[in-house]
Amino acid sequence: MDWEPKILVFCCNWCSYAGADLAGIARLQMPTNFRMIKVMCSGRVDPEFILSAFSKGADGVLVSGCHLADCHYIGGNYRTRRRIALLKILIEQYGLNPKRLRLEWISAAEGQKFAQVIREFTEEIKALGPSPFKKKSALAVVEASPTVAKVSTAVAEASPGT
Amino acid sequence: MAEKMKLAIIRGATCSGCDVEIVDINERLVEVLGIADIVYAAVIMDTKHSELEAMADGSIDITFYHGAVRDSENEHLAKIARKKSKTLIAFGSCAVYGGIPGLANVTNKEEIFKVAYQDTPSTVNPDFVVPLPEWKDERGHVLTLPRFYDDVFSLDDFVEVDYYLPGCPPLVTQINQALDVIVSGELPPKGKVLASEKTLCDECKREKSENMRIEKICRPHEIEPDPEKCLLEQGIICLGPATRAGCEAKCIEANMPCRGCLGATAAAIDQGGSILSAIASILDITDKESQMSEEDIYKLVSQIKDPLGTFYRFSMPKSLLRRTKKELEKEKV
Ligand code: SF4
Ligand code: SF4
Ligand code: SF4
Ligand code: FES
Repeated sequence: MDWEPKILVFCCNWCSYAGADLAGIARLQMPTNFRMIKVMCSGRVDPEFILSAFSKGADGVLVSGCHLADCHYIGGNYRTRRRIALLKILIEQYGLNPKRLRLEWISAAEGQKFAQVIREFTEEIKALGPSPFKKKSALAVVEASPTVAKVSTAVAEASPGT
Repeated sequence: MAEKMKLAIIRGATCSGCDVEIVDINERLVEVLGIADIVYAAVIMDTKHSELEAMADGSIDITFYHGAVRDSENEHLAKIARKKSKTLIAFGSCAVYGGIPGLANVTNKEEIFKVAYQDTPSTVNPDFVVPLPEWKDERGHVLTLPRFYDDVFSLDDFVEVDYYLPGCPPLVTQINQALDVIVSGELPPKGKVLASEKTLCDECKREKSENMRIEKICRPHEIEPDPEKCLLEQGIICLGPATRAGCEAKCIEANMPCRGCLGATAAAIDQGGSILSAIASILDITDKESQMSEEDIYKLVSQIKDPLGTFYRFSMPKSLLRRTKKELEKEKV
């Protein structure tokens, strides 16, 4: 299949981003399927951002922060781990494999670990295949223009009569 | 005398609670009838779709549409309502967000038919006879039924909506406020939600501590909650932090948590995501945090049974992920 996964990575400014940077400087080999967003703290990654990413067709989302007890804002990552754990249950209810969402603690010194996680995660997502939310469905039309009446034909196609 | 306004009440996929609440404005109805003629309202008068279809375009001043859109008849009425009305109001959480029927987006038509026409204990239907959208007898007479859709939609998924009045159902006070605005003729800019932009917590009078922390999640029947203290702090899942104010905290007053019927404020992208964040963030964080394994965290959050049904009880068709897809069972949707 002619498909390459799209993976979104959130890294906190103080540890994980520096870890990613280190992986880059050390020229460690990594697949190029990921795009990174730097946030101040993993605790800044609102579950709504992750749901947005999946709704826009991300095949996997990785959130990375400082190791426990190392968060620059003291407890940001404690909140993160609860949110991600609950979010995994939620996305599973939506039918997404919870493995599509991953949480890692990566320090500024762990360039190796960053590269390793990216390699692993990309392989895992490749094995899972494209996200079921990827396909351009009738709903995507609705999402693009919630107040426009273009939906009905799409709905007719999506919901044929008995 | 100025010409009377023309009002209509149109029903989509509704439980009729919204109709009841409109009638509940009691004596105000007399006032409304003084300034307006109700030209179409299936709940209080004998009306046919054809009469509505025959009206001139734009001839109805205000239409309240309540209920979600989940079959071809709902869709048809929604479109007619739009065409015939100058102002179309999505009335009630079903019309605004998809509401309770919207939870059907966790399954699909096939499954729903299977349960309704086969699996329920009181049903005997070995040949699995289900309603057909069209049936012709030998002499060529055709009978039709609306087509049932896989998804449940909100009204504005199909037509442009002028104002939104959320609530399941919208309370009499909300309806009266909306009527005041309509009667005054000073209508707000189109697209407005006729409710507060604050969250319910902003208006709730219960005591909240500075550093809120939930020790343990409980169901409302498992404890006798302190009527003065925030319910969420007592471990009862309350959607107040992610829900729009405007209901005068009716449920909270009755010592019951908010289930989120007014939907999210404009600031939130996704009501469920927003409440998930609020609740998970205060779930039993102590100074022993570093000793907690991911397994412990999983146990902690799995106290919340059915996060999808709890966090999107009224808003699933408006959620970011709108419907479930069955990746895990490798089924095509
Ligand atoms: S909003 Fe509530 S009361 Fe109104 S139709 Fe929907 S379920 Fe019934
Ligand atoms: S969480 Fe519920 S009980 Fe607590 S302040 Fe908010 S609305 Fe009130
Ligand atoms: S407290 Fe919540 S569930 Fe109850 S009426 Fe108000 S918004 Fe709706
Ligand atoms: S700053 Fe890195 S997780 Fe909070």
